[in-house]
Amino acid sequence: MAGKTKVMVAATAALTLGLTAACGGGSDDNSSNGSSSDTGAAFNASATKVVNASDKKGGTLNLWSPQDADSFDPAISYYAWTINMNRLYSRTLMTYTPKPGADGLILTPDLASAAPEVSADGKTYTFKLKSGLKFDDGAAITSKDIKYGIERIFAQDVVPGGPLYLTDELDQGQKYPGPYKDTDPNKLGLKTVETPDDSTIVFHLSAANANFPYELALPGGAPVPQKRDTGAKYGLAPASSGPYKFESIEPGKGATLVRNTNWDASTDPNRKALPDKITLTITTNAEDMDSRLLAGTADMDASQSGVATQARTQILTDEKLKANAANPNNGFIRYAAISQNVAPFDNIECRKAVIYASDPTTLQTARGGPVAGGDIATNMLPPNILGADKSYDPYGRAQGKPQVDKAKAALTACGKPTGFDTKIAVRNNKPAEIATATALQAALKTVGINAAIEQYDGSQIATVAGSPNNVHKKGYGILIAGWGADFPTGYGYLAPLASSKFLVANGNYNLPEIKDQAIDDLFAKGLAEKDATAAGADYQAANVKVMEGYYYLPFVFDKALNYYNPRLTNVYFHSGLAMVDFASLGVSDGK
Amino acid sequence: MSLGPETSLHDETTPTADAAQVRDPSEKAIAGRSLKQIAWRRLKKDRVAVGGGVIILVLILIAIVAPLLIKLFGHPFDEYHNDTIDPTLGLPLGKLGGISGDYLLGVEPVNGRDIFSRIVYGAQTTLTVAFLSAFLSTVLGVLFGMTAGFVGGWVDSIISRVMDFLLAFPQLLFSIALVSVLPQTMFGLNARWARTIVLICVIGFFGWPYIGRIVRGQTLSLREREFVEASRSLGARSPRILFREMLPNLAAPILVYTTLIIPTNILTEAALSFLGVGIPPPYPSWGGMLSDALQFYRYDPMFMIIPGAMIFITVLSFNLFGDGLRDALDPKAR
Repeated sequence: MAGKTKVMVAATAALTLGLTAACGGGSDDNSSNGSSSDTGAAFNASATKVVNASDKKGGTLNLWSPQDADSFDPAISYYAWTINMNRLYSRTLMTYTPKPGADGLILTPDLASAAPEVSADGKTYTFKLKSGLKFDDGAAITSKDIKYGIERIFAQDVVPGGPLYLTDELDQGQKYPGPYKDTDPNKLGLKTVETPDDSTIVFHLSAANANFPYELALPGGAPVPQKRDTGAKYGLAPASSGPYKFESIEPGKGATLVRNTNWDASTDPNRKALPDKITLTITTNAEDMDSRLLAGTADMDASQSGVATQARTQILTDEKLKANAANPNNGFIRYAAISQNVAPFDNIECRKAVIYASDPTTLQTARGGPVAGGDIATNMLPPNILGADKSYDPYGRAQGKPQVDKAKAALTACGKPTGFDTKIAVRNNKPAEIATATALQAALKTVGINAAIEQYDGSQIATVAGSPNNVHKKGYGILIAGWGADFPTGYGYLAPLASSKFLVANGNYNLPEIKDQAIDDLFAKGLAEKDATAAGADYQAANVKVMEGYYYLPFVFDKALNYYNPRLTNVYFHSGLAMVDFASLGVSDGK
Repeated sequence: MSLGPETSLHDETTPTADAAQVRDPSEKAIAGRSLKQIAWRRLKKDRVAVGGGVIILVLILIAIVAPLLIKLFGHPFDEYHNDTIDPTLGLPLGKLGGISGDYLLGVEPVNGRDIFSRIVYGAQTTLTVAFLSAFLSTVLGVLFGMTAGFVGGWVDSIISRVMDFLLAFPQLLFSIALVSVLPQTMFGLNARWARTIVLICVIGFFGWPYIGRIVRGQTLSLREREFVEASRSLGARSPRILFREMLPNLAAPILVYTTLIIPTNILTEAALSFLGVGIPPPYPSWGGMLSDALQFYRYDPMFMIIPGAMIFITVLSFNLFGDGLRDALDPKAR
C-alpha cells in the first residue's frame, strides 16, 4: 500500500508543479522586458523609413538564423537571405538602391561606373567598370573576373543549385560546360560575353530582355578570381569584393565576417559598412533564438522568416516590444496550386469549386492572422511588384467568407454535385502549411469534397511536388506551396509559376502545369518592353489570364513579423531584397 | 504484515466479514473457492485498484459513445470556429482557453476546434492503439515465449536471441523512420484507421519480447513440475500439455503484464504523435494535441494541460489497476 500512496503523492506534486509553471510563465512576461524604449521606433516604422539613421561605426552585428545558409558561394546562393548576405562580401555590376520604399526596386551601378549602354535592338549590354576596385587580397577586379564568375554558374555539375537565369540567357545553343571543362586556355570560352579590356564587359543576348540587369544583380553576377576558385569548396572561402570578408565559415554552425581593408568606400556609395565585425550563428532552436532576440543578446533573425508563436504573442501584447518589430509584405504569396492533370481537376469547374468553397479567413488565421500571417491574397501578383493590383479580386476573397453557393453550382457544372475525393500534398516541416492544409480540408468538407492530407518530407519538394510525374502517380490534386520573386518584376514572380517554359520534370514550380500560349506570349511581350510600366501591365494581363484559368488558390500576401534589437541603426525594409538591408545596418552602442 | 506463502490461505479467512460467513452453519466448508474467486475478492477490497478500474471503464465507455457525446455536448471534431478566437494572436477568446457552456473544455488556438470533441475522439484512437497493440504483443509474446520455453534447444536459442535483438533495437527511431515512409491510406481504410493500424503493428511488434521473456521463464519452470510430468506419462500430446495444463497457470502473469504494457503503449503512441508521425490531421490524438499545444503553452496553457491530464489520468489508472491485479493474483503478496 505504501508504494501506491507514494506514487499518488508524487503525481499530485507533478501536476501542481506543471500548473504553477504554466501560470508563472504567463505572469512574468509583463515585467521582463527592458528599459530602452526611447528609440523613436514605432511598430512597422522600418517598413517605410529608415529607423535609427546613423553613421556611427564600430561594434559587432550579431545575426542569428534558424536555417543554415544554402551556400556562401555566389553561384549557389539562392535563399533570399543569403542573397542579402552576399551583398556584404560580393559586389555585382548593378545592385539595388539602398533606400526604403519603391526606390529600392531600382538598380544602381555598383562595380559598373554607370548604367549599361544598351544597343538599339536591346540585345547588347556594355558595362564599364569603376577604377580602383580590389579583391580582399589586393588583386584588381577586372571584367574577366566577372565573366569567370558568370561562367561558373554553367558548371551545374560542380556548383549546382543557384538561379539559372543567366545561363538560360547567355548559352544560346553553345552548350557551354562551365570553366572547369572549358577548352579555352584562359577558361574564358563563353562566346556571348566579351571582355575587350580589363574594364569593359559586353553581353550579347538572343532577344531583348528588360530583366537582364536584375539577373546580373543576383549574386551569380559577382566577380570570382580564377586563381582562388576551389570549385565546389569555393563556398567555404569565397573571395571578397565587398566591405567584409569571411574570417571563418562553419557550415551548420555559423560564420564570421571582418572588414575587408582593400575595399575602398569611395567606390561604393551603396554600402554603409558600419560594424567592425558581423557574426552569423545558426541554431536549430527557433524558440531559443526568439528569446535571445527579445532579450537583446541577438540582433536580428538573418533568415527574416518571422518569430514563432510564443514570441509573436509576446511582441503583439507588449507595446514596447512591438515598437521594435515590423511586418512588411515580404513578396511571398502562400497558395494552393490545383493540378489540372489530376482528375477531376482537368475540369475547370471542379477547380472553381475548391476555390469558392475555401474559407479565406480560416486560411489567413492558419498562416498567423492579419498581422503575422498576411492580408488575404486576392490574385497571384504580390503587392511589391510593379503592375500588381491588390484590388483585383476575381474570386471575391477579400470579403473573407466562403462562397458555398458558387462552389455548389461549380460542382454541379463539373458533373459531381455531391462532391468528390482528392488529396492535398503538404510539406511536413512547415507547421503553418500543415495548418492551412487542415483549414482547407475542413472548408472543402462542407461542400462534399473529401480531401485527404498527405504530408511529405519537405526537403524532397523538388522530387515530390516538383515532379509532375510523381504528382500524377500519387494523385495529388491540391499542392500547398509558397513563392517569392527572384527579382521584383512580374516576370520574376509569375513566369516560374505559370509559363510553360518553366515546366520541368524535377524541381518544377509550375505546379498546375499551365501550358497556355496566350500567357507565354504575354511574358515574352513583357520581356521585350523597354518601359517598366508597360512591362508591368503585360505581367498583370498574364496574371488575369492565370486567374481566369482557376489554377491557383492564393491564401495570403505573406507577412513575417520580425523583431529587431533596438540598438540596431539604419533598419529599413528593402523592397528589392524583400527584407531588411543587411549592408546598411550598424549598432548604436559600439559593442 | 509480511506473511509467508504457507500462511496465505489462512490469512484469506481472517477478515471478519468472511469469518462470519464461514461460521454460518448453513454454508459448507471453505474448500470450493477457486483462484479466480480469491483474486476477485482481493481485488474488490483494493479500493485504489477498483478506482483505477472504474476510470478505465468510464474511458472505454466515453470512447464507444463518442459520436453521441459530441452530438449532445460538443461540435464536430474538425469544424472550425473562427469566431471563438482572436484573429490577430490566434488565441482563444475568453478565459482558460475559451472554456464556456458551449465549449466544455475550450477551443484550440488558431482554428477554434472544440477541444472536448477532440479529447473524446482522441480517446478512441488512444485506447484502440493501446489495447490492440497490447493484445498483439501478448499473443506474439505468449506464442513465442511458450514455444521457446517448452521446446527448448535450438528453437529456444533462436527465439531468445531474436528477443534480445528486439529489446536492444532503437524502437522509437525505427518507428519514426517506418511510419514516415508508409503510405497514409492502405487496405481501403481512411488515413485515420490506416495509420492507427500501422501504429498498432509497430508498437505491438516491439512490445512482445517483454512478455515473451516472462512467459518463457515461467514455462521453463512449469515444464518440470509434477502435474506436467503426470500428464505426459498419461500420454498427453504437446498441444494438450501446452494449452490445457500450462496456459491456465500462465494466465495470471500474462494478464498482469498485459495491463501494465497498456499504459506504456499509450505513452509510446503519444510520443509518436508528438513527434509528428502519429495520427494525421485533422484526426485527433492526445499526443498530437500535446504536440500542437507546445507552441502555445505560455499564452494558452489549458490547451496543453487538458490532453496532458487525460494521458496522465489514463496511464495512472491502468498502472494502479495493473498493480492491484498483480497483488490480487499473486498468492504470495498481500
